[in-house]
Amino acid sequence: MEQLQIAELVEKYLKGDLNPEEKEQFETLRKTNPEVDQTVVEYHFFLEEMERYGQVRRFKSNLYDTHHTLQENGDIKDLHLKAGAKIINLWGKYRRVVAVAASIAGITALFISGMISIFSPNAPIRDLEELRRKVSNLEKQSTRQISEFNKIKTKIEPGADVKFGGTSFILDINGYLVTSAHVLKGAKKVYVQSVDGKDFLTEIIHEDLEADIALLKINDADFTPGTALPYGFSKKRTDLSEPVYTLGFPKDEIVYNEGYLSAQTGLEGDTMSCQITINANPGNSGGPVFNKNGEVIGILNARQASANGVVFATKSKNIFRFIETLKEADKDLNIRMKSSSSLKGANRSSQVKKVQDHIYMVKVVLG
Amino acid sequence: MGYNPAYKGINISKVAITEQEKEVFRSIGNNEKGAIEAVYKENYSLIQHFVISNNGTEDDARDIFQEAMMVLYEKSRSPEFELTCQIRTYLYSVCRRLWLKKLQYSRRMESQVENYDKIVAVEEDLEQHDKLTQQYLTMRTAMGKIGEPCKSLIEAFYVHRKNMHEIASFFGYTNADNAKNQKYKCLVRLKKLFFAQYKNN
Repeated sequence: MEQLQIAELVEKYLKGDLNPEEKEQFETLRKTNPEVDQTVVEYHFFLEEMERYGQVRRFKSNLYDTHHTLQENGDIKDLHLKAGAKIINLWGKYRRVVAVAASIAGITALFISGMISIFSPNAPIRDLEELRRKVSNLEKQSTRQISEFNKIKTKIEPGADVKFGGTSFILDINGYLVTSAHVLKGAKKVYVQSVDGKDFLTEIIHEDLEADIALLKINDADFTPGTALPYGFSKKRTDLSEPVYTLGFPKDEIVYNEGYLSAQTGLEGDTMSCQITINANPGNSGGPVFNKNGEVIGILNARQASANGVVFATKSKNIFRFIETLKEADKDLNIRMKSSSSLKGANRSSQVKKVQDHIYMVKVVLG
Repeated sequence: MGYNPAYKGINISKVAITEQEKEVFRSIGNNEKGAIEAVYKENYSLIQHFVISNNGTEDDARDIFQEAMMVLYEKSRSPEFELTCQIRTYLYSVCRRLWLKKLQYSRRMESQVENYDKIVAVEEDLEQHDKLTQQYLTMRTAMGKIGEPCKSLIEAFYVHRKNMHEIASFFGYTNADNAKNQKYKCLVRLKKLFFAQYKNN
């Protein structure tokens, strides 16, 4: 208790909020009690740092908002197009050279094959048969390869107690995925399945049950990280009635749905989530909610049983907070959340085309 | 807001700094939205071009520019600093330095990087900036360790500048005094964490 009073007194003293009488009393205390004096010095430094921390945070958030507004108004633009133009330029420049090179290669190939047939006219008939056998051998081999390929596709051991949990999506291109924590309940192993049906084993990095967010990392040699994530994560508050869409796995294949933001808070005024009017089914949990610019504004996590089409999503700022906390705990964790989306301005179907490769079905093997 | 870039299109070779430019510079230190927006609008594309044509991405450009704005903010708040070149030149010099450092081939590449503007010396300013960033991170780490509800409570007071009544009703305390008590409890804990972290560094 005493410590609290000292803290309060010191803060008031430093801010100049004490009345002259209190101030005098406090200064005598400071002079006679070196311990108090030391505490005042510490607090002075600490509170100044606290103040500066607040200032920096406010300035940063102002910078972020400004960037966003200017981008929205078209005052600043991405430079992607320029790079594309460069490639087209190069192609235009070298098209003729490429064409000449290709035709030379073609002519040479024809010439050589002609030479071979001329110089070896009487090939024995046996060879042909052998060749056919080889073909059927090849056929056999290729069916074996197909079955092996299928084996790769379903890595989960037969007979395992599998629950098709929900949906997850890429957070960082190096194999980090985010989903709802409740999807992973009781999991012994977690696999994710890509849109083209491949399974990858993952590791649960961290779960935050309160915010209902979990971070997975694909730990699988077969996984090849892509080049860049098309979507970003929004830090801004989404306005009421803004159109949103989601992709997820309520069944074995990816399903698209759209809706709008219907309330800023979730069930019973929960400020960590927001309410969306959209069609969602079991399996959509953990799926991303995108705004019209292709920015993630939240993670779908629940629907209200008593009402139709009322769905709740954890807001994306919770993901930022979640990752920031993780990074503070583990400095080596190299995760980057993109905030700018390269999908801005693209129509819905081309957005979905680019986004869907980064959405994965979550399969939970129960322990 | 009256900040609107009348300083647009100033001839770079002339180093006369207008009163308006100084005013914008002061306003940056006060975190005034209009000034931030004007400077952002005026200079972002230059930096964006610079970073992207030197192996950077769109995100790199934004990060570098915002860090340079942070340096500008620190300088504006520092009583010893006086603006002796245009904001544009200063921002460009800082961004250039930051980006080359990030690419870690500053010495090798410096002569090969195309110049977009003239450059002023910013080494010392950036050293100071690194120190301030370190201190900011110390506090951020301490804040990361304190846990809820302390984190939100302290943020509401020191970052979002809410008063005790607003905080009490937002967090559901019955009165401002209880909220205040809780705030000091949190503050005492944060102070311990902060100094532990501070000694670590």
